[in-house]
Formats: sequence, C-alpha cells, structure tokens
Amino acid sequence: MISPKVSAVKQNNLKSWYKSGAPGVWMSGGAVAIAVIMTLGLLTVIAIRGLGHFWPADVIEADYRIPGQEARVMLGEVVQIEEVPRARLAAAGMPVATEGGEFMTRELLKVGNRELFGADFSWVVGEWLSDARAPAEITVLERREWGNFYGYVVDVREGGEVVAEGDAAWMELQARIERVEELHTQLVRLEKKEIGRINHGMERLRLAQRKLQLENRLTAEAQAGLDAERAQLDADYAKLEARMVELYSAVNRDSVTLRASDGRETTVALGKVVRAYRPNAMGPLDKMGFYGAKLWEFVSDEPREANTEGGIFPAIFGTVLMVLIMAVIVTPFGVVAAVYLREYAKQGPLTRIIRIAVNNLAGVPSIVYGVFGLGFFVYVLGGSIDSLFFPESAPAPTFGTPGLMWASLTLAILTLPVVIVATEEGLARIPRAVREGSLALGATKAETLWKVVIPMASPAMMTGLILAVARAAGEVAPLMLVGVVKLAPSLPLNGNYPYLHLDQKIMHLGFHIYDVGFQSPNVEAARPLVYATALLLVVVIALLNLTAVYIRNHLREKYKALDH
Amino acid sequence: MQHESHSHGIDISALGRSRQSLDMANESVAIEVPGLNLFYGEKQALYDVTMNIPRKRVTAFIGPSGCGKSTLLRCFNRMNDLVDGCRVQGPINLDGRDIYRKGEDVAELRRRVGMVFQKPNPFPKSIYENVVYGLRIQGINQKRVLDEAVEWALKSAALWDEVKDRLHESALGLSGGQQQRLVIARTVAVQPEVLLLDEPCSALDPISTLKVEELIYELKNKYTIVIVTHNMQQAARVSDYTAFMYMGKLVEFGDTDTLFTNPAKKQTEDYITGRYG
Repeated sequence: MISPKVSAVKQNNLKSWYKSGAPGVWMSGGAVAIAVIMTLGLLTVIAIRGLGHFWPADVIEADYRIPGQEARVMLGEVVQIEEVPRARLAAAGMPVATEGGEFMTRELLKVGNRELFGADFSWVVGEWLSDARAPAEITVLERREWGNFYGYVVDVREGGEVVAEGDAAWMELQARIERVEELHTQLVRLEKKEIGRINHGMERLRLAQRKLQLENRLTAEAQAGLDAERAQLDADYAKLEARMVELYSAVNRDSVTLRASDGRETTVALGKVVRAYRPNAMGPLDKMGFYGAKLWEFVSDEPREANTEGGIFPAIFGTVLMVLIMAVIVTPFGVVAAVYLREYAKQGPLTRIIRIAVNNLAGVPSIVYGVFGLGFFVYVLGGSIDSLFFPESAPAPTFGTPGLMWASLTLAILTLPVVIVATEEGLARIPRAVREGSLALGATKAETLWKVVIPMASPAMMTGLILAVARAAGEVAPLMLVGVVKLAPSLPLNGNYPYLHLDQKIMHLGFHIYDVGFQSPNVEAARPLVYATALLLVVVIALLNLTAVYIRNHLREKYKALDH
Repeated sequence: MQHESHSHGIDISALGRSRQSLDMANESVAIEVPGLNLFYGEKQALYDVTMNIPRKRVTAFIGPSGCGKSTLLRCFNRMNDLVDGCRVQGPINLDGRDIYRKGEDVAELRRRVGMVFQKPNPFPKSIYENVVYGLRIQGINQKRVLDEAVEWALKSAALWDEVKDRLHESALGLSGGQQQRLVIARTVAVQPEVLLLDEPCSALDPISTLKVEELIYELKNKYTIVIVTHNMQQAARVSDYTAFMYMGKLVEFGDTDTLFTNPAKKQTEDYITGRYG
C-alpha cells in the first residue's frame, strides 16, 4: 500500500515528466528508430540474399539412398536447407520411415547438367544423404547455354583429338578457355558492332528507296546510287561473314569432356563455356577474386539464359537513360507551369482549382498514366508521327509502338506535379525584398524572374527533381505498357546514326525484377537474381539522387538565402 | 542615440554644418503631388496629400508607424503597383509629367527614381554583379563601361576602399552597413534623378548609420533625395525639408530648422517633443 503522500509525489513526478515533453521526444525518437531499423533491415535482407548468390559455394558429392532403391551419387551445391514434418513427406508418397523425429531435413541441391537431368535443381531428403565429401577435382563449367555443368574433367580435345587427359587436362582447359575468351570478345564485337552497322545501313537504304518510291522520285539514277551503296555494304558483309565463319570455327575448335555424377560423359565446345572453376580447391582469396569477377559481370554484362544468368547492364543503362530523358522533359515544363501559377496567374478560385488538380495528379495510380501513355502517346501521337514522317517504314511502326521516348514522356507527366509543387514552394520562399530590389532598379517582372528569382529558386527545383527521379526510377507498372521489354537487342544509345534511338524499346531494372521473379522458366535460379537486381535498383536510385543532392547543395551554397 | 530620444532640444549644428536659410518658394520642384488619395482595398491610407518635393534637396518624412509615410514614398516609383488591391487617385508629376498616366514605362520610371529599402537586399551575386545589375538590365555589357561604372558607383557610396579587392566575392559576405551602401551604389549606378530611401538605417548599427548619413549628405548635390525615417534626430541631421505625417494626412511640411524649432501645428510639436508616436 502506498501512502497517499507518496502517491501524490509520484503523480506529481509523472505529471512533470509528462509536461517536460520527454514522452514526446521518446515517441518521436522511437518512430525514427523504427523507420531506420526497417530501412536497414530491408536493405540487409536484399543484400544478403542477392549478394550471396555470386559466392562460389563448395560443391559436395554424396551417396543418396532412397529406401528400397539403389544408392546413387549426387553432386551439387547446397542452396537451401529446411525442416519439413515427416508426415508431410510421407503424405507426398515418399518412403520415409514411420519412426524417428517429427521433422526431417530437406535440402535443395543445384545439380546443374540440365541436358542430362532435365532440371538444374533437385530436392533431396537430408537423412538419406551419406558420406558427403568435397573432392577438389570437382569442376564447375559455366556455359552460355544449358546452365552450369558439375562433374569431373575427363579430357580436353582439339578438333576431336584428345590433347590432354586427367590432371593435365585441367591446366590445359584453363589456358584454352583464355584463348577462346579472347576470340569470343572479337566475335561479339564483330556481330554487334560491325554487322550491326551493316544491317542498320541496309535498313536505311531500304527505307530511302521506299521513300523515293512513295514520292514518285525513284529515278534510275537514284536507284543506281542506292544499288551501288547496297553493293558496297554487301561486299563489306561478305568480308565480315568470312571473318565470322573463321572466328566461329576457331572458337569451336576445342572442346572439353566431363563426367557427370552418374558416370555419363558430355562434351562441351569451349566456345560455349564462360568459365570453369574448381570451388573446392579455391582458397578464401581465390573465392573473393571470383566473387568480384562475378559481381562485375553482373553489373557490366548482358543477360543470358532468359535473364537468369549473366549481367543486367542493359537494364541499368535503360533505367538511367530513361530517367535522365524524363528529367530533361519534366524540369522545363514543371518550372514554367509553377512560375506561371505563382508569379503571373491571378490568385483566385481558378488557380486554386488548378492547384488542387495538380496535387491530385500526384495521387493518380501510375498504371492509369501507363494506359494514358499507351492510348495517347503511343497510338495517337506516335501514330501521327509515323504517318507524317515515316511513311516509308509502314506498316512497321516507328514511333507508333512503345519505346524509350514514350516511357520517358509518361514518367514525365507522372512526376510533373512533384516538380510543380516543389518549384512553387521555392518561388514562394524568395524574399519579397530581393524582388523589389530588382524591380526598383528598372528591371521588368520577367527580367527579375529570370535573373534573380529563378536562380534563387533553383535549389527548390532540384528538390522537386530529386523527388521526381526517386519516383520515376522505381516505377514499373506504366512502363510495361509504354516501352519496356524483357530483352532489348541493343542499347538505345549506340554508334549508329542517330545515336540516341528514342523509338527503341528498353530494358528496365524494375521490370527486370518482375520478369525474372515471375516470368522465369527457372524459378530457383532466378530467385537470388531478384534480390540482387532489387539491390542494384536501390543503388542506382540512390546514386541518381545523390548526384542531384550534390548539385542542389552546390546551388544552395551559391544562392544561399539572405540571412534575415 | 537612444538616450537622446526623449529630449527635443535638437542641436542642428551638431554635425558642424551651417545651413543657409532655405525657402520652399525659391526651390525648383522635382516631384509635384497636387492631391493624392490612396486606398488599400476599402481602407483609405492617404488623404489628399499635397506637396512639392524640391530638386537636389533632402526631404525627410517623419511620423508615427502606420502614418503612411512609406506608402507615400512608394508612390513615387510606383512600387505600390505590386500590392494587391492598392488604388491611387490623383496624379504625381515627376518633372511635370504624371507618372500614373496611361502608357507610362514603369521600368524606366524606376530607373529614374531609385529606391533603397529598410533592410539591405543585395542579390545573391558578387559585389560587382550587384552594382552592374541595373546596367545589364539596360543592355549595357561592355566590360570597360561596367568596370568604370562599378568604381564610380562604389566610390559614390563610399564603399570602394573597403571592397575594391574583393569585387567578385559574394555580396552576402558584407556586413549590414556595407550591404546597405552597396545597395545605394547599385541604385546610383543607373544614374537616377531621384533617390528614395525607406528607413535606410533602421537595420544598421550606429557607426554604419553615421556612414550612410554622411553619404546622404554627399549625394544631395546630385540627386533629389526623399528619406523616410523613424528617427527624428536623423531627420534633423540630414534633411533640408521635413514633412510630418499623421494618420495618412500631411500635417506640416517645411524647412527642417523651422519644423523642429518652431512647428506651426500642435500635432507636430507633440510628436517631436515625444508626447506620442
């Protein structure tokens, strides 16, 4: 029992504690802490799940004995281990023993060798595995198609003749892969750049001819000129083709034979091999080096195998380019609109309604913008552009189909409200005294705006742009309708005239996540890539934002407001 | 200066300047206000103000807060146009021409009638760019002309020696008093005819105030100066003529010596002796 006096004191203490504002501080601090923890937790989960994928895990070999069947050898990476109720395994028709613990372990092995086993991954019951070992000789072959191969190197052949066997074969394989790697780089350059250029030239000629035809100006002279150019391109192509055939045969000269866990042997041409490694023989430093190489490949290379292997560089490139073009479009529009609303329009019910409408635009679901973009930009605008400027390529659409320009434009109208609102706030904060100072010197309103007010409001515009970029870079839904694809054959910015191809479709990190995660034929292989791509998307957005923040701080320093 | 505020025996010769006796009748008129009424919406702020501001003299407007002296000043370069709902009735003639007539080029008017505000308002640009701002607006961009104008204007504003080595640094790095003199330099750089000073010293410390006051004394040979001030000692020190306003009306307007030593109206006397305000 507390005496009334003591309880009164306590109550007083509680009251004064409450009055001191401490609970408010604690609550705000707590809210901030929760927000920070959530953000960090999110990033950590994505980072661990995504980045772990590139680590060369040990490959184990073990005997797998399903009760009532003959033992066989399993060989692969352990990707995941989980506990499942014994009853559930039994219910699934597996011959599990009725006695024993309530739970059994189940392991997901990446066994590779898709052409032999039909699937890259295999679930096994942990209790039935025995005699697990990790022989150093196990070799992993990363291939351009058919996924990884796990096995033992049998021999290396050159033109079908065995040149090395057993232990020597591994050394020989390494050297020969290096040679093939070099040739392959040449081959890719040849195909992408030089032959790409010729194809582009051919298409240009075809369109030029069609255009002349449509305009009834295809004279014999013009035809002859076109034919000459075409003949030149054909001759170039013949040369390149010969070179290509030569390279192909050089690339496919060597092959390696491997023995899988079940004893079957497979021969793989080295042209199809990206790299070969022996994870069990690697030290920590080797593994780190390998990890770095894989990570670099991920951010700098093109995707392979329905986006489940290789890198995502085209998606990074597409995302950044699209956001930059969007910024270039949205900034002038937003600023001009805000300047009009704040500085010129008569403040009244109409401007209030416009302002409400602008604010509400920010709340419209983004897919609605996508539908609008498809219906208006792609079909109406793009269709008109095609019929006006590109009649020669009909019926194939040029701008009348989803593409980079429409994606950027759709995102621009999506983010326009943010820029308008931020710019308006910035304009409102410019001290009246500074405007009056300019006007009093004989400047007109427009001169005052242009020379003083807008430069001073530029940090606020950058803030708007930062918010716009953050929103646009993460948007996916509308892009699916107006210009993003699963796999784009070439980058939208390349060496072929007119260099920036606004009509091309692009790859996008956000869409890539969706595509790999949900549309992939190989779910298990794709899952870690979803996390890795998500992490990369966050990093790309953060970098874009940091750049903008840096510029803004620079502007702020330059035009720092008068200290009143 | 605070300790003087309750006394009224203002010594005109405190600054060592002897004045020849001034007579309004002998002055040439720069700004003629034949009868001005001004409304903010429904509320009338100026009642039938009639006055002639003499050329190349310093005219001070004094009066309690809200009496309309700043409002009147801002009519002379049409700064009141920027205020929503502000309505001016009656002409104001600058050199015989009504500045409120239709078709008046307001920008050109404001070049001719420069204004310095209560708080220093330099632009967030370099000192140099601040001074040449008005010239650039007029389309003058030759470096030689601008350089000369900067030196001349800063010398006119008694600021040259303090800033000549850092013309291209930000004007925001200057002290308050320097900023105010920079604003004056910026204003005289466009060679106005009239200088309107709207409480130019109210945000400055005593030493800066003294410098600005001395500057006003120098400048009055070239410009017609109209200064609004709360500080009666200042009005007495710097001005040739003083107008006392109260509740939107011009109560008394005459040469400074007479107004401070021998006011004609009871209201004026009450104000300068500190009975109210």
